[in-house]
Amino acid sequence: MSEYAAPVKDMLFAIRELAGLSEVTALPGCEEANAELVAQVLEEAGKFARDVLDPLNRQSDREGARLADGKVTAPQGFKAAYQQFVEAGWNGLGGQPQHGGQGLPHLVAMPVEEIWSSACLSFCLGPMLTSGVLEALRIHGSREQQDLYCPKLTSGEWCGTMNLTEPQAGSDLSAVRTRAVPEGDHYRIQGTKIFITWGEHDLAENIVHLVLARTPNAPEGVKGISLFIVPKFVPKADGEPGERNDIRCVSIEHKLGIHGSPTCVLAYGDEKGAIGYRVGEENRGLEYMFTMMNHARLGVGLEGIALAERAYQHALEYAKTRVQGREIGQRSGDRVTIIHHPDVRRMLLSMKAQTEAMRALAYFAAALLDRSKHHPDAAQRRRDQAMLDLLTPVVKGWCTEQAIEIASTGVQIHGGMGFIEEAGAAQYLRDARITTIYEGTTGIQANDLVGRKVGAEAGATALALIEAMRGVESKLEAGPLADARGNLKDAIDGLEQATRWIVDSFPRDAKAVAAVSVPYLKLFGTVSGGWMMARAALIASEQLKQPDADQDFLEAKLATARFYAEHELPKAPALAREVIHGAASVLALDPAKF
Amino acid sequence: MKVLVSVKRVIDPYVKVRVKSDGSGVETANVKMAMNPFCEIAMEQAVRMKEAGVVSEIVAVSVGTTQSQETLRTAMAMGADRGILVEADADVQPLAVAKVMKAIVEKESPRLVIMGKQAIDDDSNQSGQMLAALLGWAQVAFASKIEINGDNADCTREIDGGLEKIAAKLPAVVTADLRLNEPRYVTLPNIMKAKKKPLETIKPDALGVDVAPRLTTLKVEEPAKRGAGVKVADVAELVAKLKNEAKVL
Repeated sequence: MSEYAAPVKDMLFAIRELAGLSEVTALPGCEEANAELVAQVLEEAGKFARDVLDPLNRQSDREGARLADGKVTAPQGFKAAYQQFVEAGWNGLGGQPQHGGQGLPHLVAMPVEEIWSSACLSFCLGPMLTSGVLEALRIHGSREQQDLYCPKLTSGEWCGTMNLTEPQAGSDLSAVRTRAVPEGDHYRIQGTKIFITWGEHDLAENIVHLVLARTPNAPEGVKGISLFIVPKFVPKADGEPGERNDIRCVSIEHKLGIHGSPTCVLAYGDEKGAIGYRVGEENRGLEYMFTMMNHARLGVGLEGIALAERAYQHALEYAKTRVQGREIGQRSGDRVTIIHHPDVRRMLLSMKAQTEAMRALAYFAAALLDRSKHHPDAAQRRRDQAMLDLLTPVVKGWCTEQAIEIASTGVQIHGGMGFIEEAGAAQYLRDARITTIYEGTTGIQANDLVGRKVGAEAGATALALIEAMRGVESKLEAGPLADARGNLKDAIDGLEQATRWIVDSFPRDAKAVAAVSVPYLKLFGTVSGGWMMARAALIASEQLKQPDADQDFLEAKLATARFYAEHELPKAPALAREVIHGAASVLALDPAKF
Repeated sequence: MKVLVSVKRVIDPYVKVRVKSDGSGVETANVKMAMNPFCEIAMEQAVRMKEAGVVSEIVAVSVGTTQSQETLRTAMAMGADRGILVEADADVQPLAVAKVMKAIVEKESPRLVIMGKQAIDDDSNQSGQMLAALLGWAQVAFASKIEINGDNADCTREIDGGLEKIAAKLPAVVTADLRLNEPRYVTLPNIMKAKKKPLETIKPDALGVDVAPRLTTLKVEEPAKRGAGVKVADVAELVAKLKNEAKVL
């Protein structure tokens, strides 16, 4: 069994060199996060993850959460670990200082989230949802609501959840039917919510649900949905948990993965209606939810990266210890560990190269998230926001789709043992499987990318990004990747052609664009990853000239970047052809003829 | 009561150590470093004593390169009030460490010095004992329990075949063994606070200490690989082999 080791060197390289830590720490409100502090935070988080969270991962997968008499018990060890997590202050990493948080920028918080997700995804979904609730209340909650809920959610004494989905309202939230009827200073909530991650559990003394519901005279569709705080225990006047609210967990789901995290069906108002408090104005609930969407979607993209990294570490250890066969071409001599076999090496490198490329892109987006909030210049904030909006569906969609493939390669490296649960490789594949689904499926991400992002602004931001990519590509001329430069050029050309096709087709034929939106998203991710790896290679070759350079790390970075250029980038022109020429065949077969 | 705790920056215990190709030492360039685990235990002990109200101030001291500042920051995140780095480039050997510590003790006047029993890099297990001798203080090495009662440090130490209880008159030097405590995880708020705690850097010259090495390392090499074992037919053969081949009986 492998033990998780946070890839702190690669994380710091991506944070400092590729995402631009110094630009983020120059922003007002982000000054504290200097390079030394970031390194220390990552080291300590890595230790905690290795010693406390990683050891819970397998057992919680086998055991799962349990429901009895409406109460959910988390897997063994989770409660104690949560206690430690909260006591060590990790829950408040990105929280507001006035609520007891540390106020560290996303460029620090997101890598730390990656660490938790690598060690035990089921566990850290809880704190991640809490931070989503905090973000919503910070932006849209009243002062009283913030004072009442935010300090306890920041410390982790209380947890938070998001209640969007209902049986008839999945990707299409306009179909939400949960009712909210005003009564004095509050509302009475009635309805059923499904797929509520950590909707009920025994880790914390109270759970704060954010619930989408309709008021009595609300208009139909998305413009008639409001957002409510519905606490498990209604706070008393002194802020302490009081009366048990009318919310019941009626079942928890049997799932393909993330078994340690209870996915709940919550029944609101079986008796007289659950007490809820409206957040912000009536009928603007969905809009409020979407203000946190960038953050939440990047978070799920990171989960993909985290599982890819963990699957890689697990497969690497197996490949370094499993002895099987001799070196290819040798008939005698010692048997060797399978990492000596070229195809195993290819698989390991494909895992490593993609994971590093994905990490770089996600951290780059995390820096944009900070800059779009804190940059003093409004025009720059708008540009950063536009770039972030463009890259968010790419990070979410591409990183999670690749994560499934990477975790699957991890299984493959284990051979027959990979298919056996005891080897531990399969869990990462099963856990990764949800990441392309929740917080918007890959199809939803791709529609967002081609519609609201590329199509709506005639490709302006995408084409600006492509220009930046060309700038990097031109620098490869004399550098370490000179002979792989053509691969990057072809890939960028493909992305540009496909983007122009999308821009051109979107106003005329949105259906055709939707038919090839997922290949376009993958193309976008693949080329963006190549751009990041090319930047990494240029920086690594510069750093190698310094006398105290970390040669092993930097040379591995160069080799990995080359692998990406030669094995991943050639997929881009093919994806571009699929985008430009593939729509008609998708729509050619009538639904009735299937 | 003021306590001085020494902390050393060593190769992270989770890292596989590699010998340099020229045999001059082990590879430390760009290797992940961490606080020596026994120093962590010493630090934890001081923090627990402060939490119990026995100790009023904890000063962490490190002797080493500029990067040892990171180790001192960790010590301060664990609970040290301030840090002192005695900056020395070369390989600082146990006697030099003891002399530096003596100078710091004279400057700071603590009543108790807690050190790790040894550092996991060269496993010398000497600095604490040497410091006590140089100061003419009581010493307790390999402590698995420390309790301050009036003018005494009542300590339990691990010895071959059992535990020994010693009442050491303060001021004293105590070195921490593995079972003294289990160090805590550093908390995030404390990492943030540690940034603002004072960290003083001084040179050995300023303390009047010569840290030049007195021992020369001739060669460092990996231990020979263990050969394959053999099966013996019976006890008699085993005894014979132990006598004649291994020569241990």
